[in-house]
Amino acid sequence: MKKINPNINYDNKVIEIRGLKKAFDDFEVLKGVDLDLYQGENLVVLGRSGTGKSVLIKIISGLLTPDEGLVKVLGQEVDKLSTKGLEQLRLKVGFSFQNSALYDSMTVYENLEFPLIRNSKSLTKAERDQRIHFVLDGVGLLQAINQMPSELSGGQRKRIGIARTLILKPEIMLYDEPTAGLDPITCIEINALINDVQERFNTSSIIITHDLTCARAVGDRVVMLLDGQFQRQGTFEEVFNSDDERVKMFYDYNFVN
Amino acid sequence: MELKDNNAGTGRKRNYFVSRRIDRIFLELYKIYAFHVRFFKEVFVPPYEFKEVVRQCYEVGVRSLPLISLTGFIIGIVFTNQSRPSLSEFGATSWLPSLVSIAIVRALAPLVTAIIAAGRVGSAIGAELGSMRVTEQIDAMEVSATNPFNYLVVTRVLATTFMVPALMIYTVFVSLMGAYLNVNQNELTSFTTYITQVFEAISFLDIFSSIIKTFIFGFTIGMVGCYKGYYSSKGTEGVGKAANSSVVTAMFLVFIEELLSLQVINLFRAM
Repeated sequence: MKKINPNINYDNKVIEIRGLKKAFDDFEVLKGVDLDLYQGENLVVLGRSGTGKSVLIKIISGLLTPDEGLVKVLGQEVDKLSTKGLEQLRLKVGFSFQNSALYDSMTVYENLEFPLIRNSKSLTKAERDQRIHFVLDGVGLLQAINQMPSELSGGQRKRIGIARTLILKPEIMLYDEPTAGLDPITCIEINALINDVQERFNTSSIIITHDLTCARAVGDRVVMLLDGQFQRQGTFEEVFNSDDERVKMFYDYNFVN
Repeated sequence: MELKDNNAGTGRKRNYFVSRRIDRIFLELYKIYAFHVRFFKEVFVPPYEFKEVVRQCYEVGVRSLPLISLTGFIIGIVFTNQSRPSLSEFGATSWLPSLVSIAIVRALAPLVTAIIAAGRVGSAIGAELGSMRVTEQIDAMEVSATNPFNYLVVTRVLATTFMVPALMIYTVFVSLMGAYLNVNQNELTSFTTYITQVFEAISFLDIFSSIIKTFIFGFTIGMVGCYKGYYSSKGTEGVGKAANSSVVTAMFLVFIEELLSLQVINLFRAM
């Protein structure tokens, strides 16, 4: 059970979403979502598969455009930004993909160097090396620096994926199913890493998951996405202290069965 | 079915201008147009990925050499061999070098090079970009504030655009060498006589038009491969489809372009 981070600044919303709607063809995934993320906070978004959790963070990062609603990240409306503006914003928003999305033709070092070379041109080779070593050390995988992604385990790939997003020193981290497909021990390690990132890099994070153990371990606040809208929000206990059958089923499947 | 049931209560309906299918055709055409516009916009805008362009040129050019060498050489031999009986009926086998050089420079070398490039390079580009799309590597580039279009598409299209003409010139060379081998063995023509006849038969327009033509072929092969891969979807099945349709579409377009360029070149010849 996670202690709520005392450094959360409730006066500073780093992400503000109002009335967000998104549909694919005839299927409406998000039906008017409202959400705030405060500075320094770890917010867990729970929900069944296919309920639009990943769509939500892809809209936040500008990979998808909303049909309706307001999406403000660090005070800027994402869908109104120019290409340059969006690129500038993305330097401050890290995105850790569900399947890690490592560049499979590059080594771990090159994976980390790739965004750095293109976005921090003033850095010398030695400074780049130093930052790559620092971040890899932070995720505990310095020894994998010259390995190819295909030589890494699922957990190691996740860590390298997180390291690659940290290399640009983001203010916000978006984690898409960080523990999906991992064994329980590796899940615990990834959960610890998410908390560690929050503390060491002072990031605000949205963690998309359907893993309640992960939600309990990393979430300062939990919201539950049901039928395209956030039905419940609060601490982990507040969310699951509910008579709603769907919420109960979710809890029972993870902890009772 | 499940999607429609889920949507039943939302009251939301998408409006189509004509019908879903026709709308999608126009949407696809617009995407192709926008893809081209984006290429021409980004090709001149920094950052320039010189290293990646050189790497792609190596992939497209150098790695195609073995196949091009073998195919070009054999085509030279076979074409000469097959042309001989017809010419010998008129006692005109001494015209073989001229005939072969015209055929190779004007049509065979550009087409064979383009077809090999479409098969080897077009499919590889389609599969590579398709696989990067479905494994979210392209999205990962985008969210790390790197322009994936510049890094992946512009570099590959530039490589095919400049390497296919270079490969065509090489194909001309090896095909003519193959033809010489055959001519030398059968007619005992010396190398100097052969080369003299070859260059007497072709004009500047022949060489120039073939080079221009292959620039267009190379651009087409690169654009088709990149477009199919960049917009691939539906997992591994989509990757296979992207690779396959890159080859089929590129070959189809190359033949159409060959036909059109023939008409344009004939106009120049008539002038």
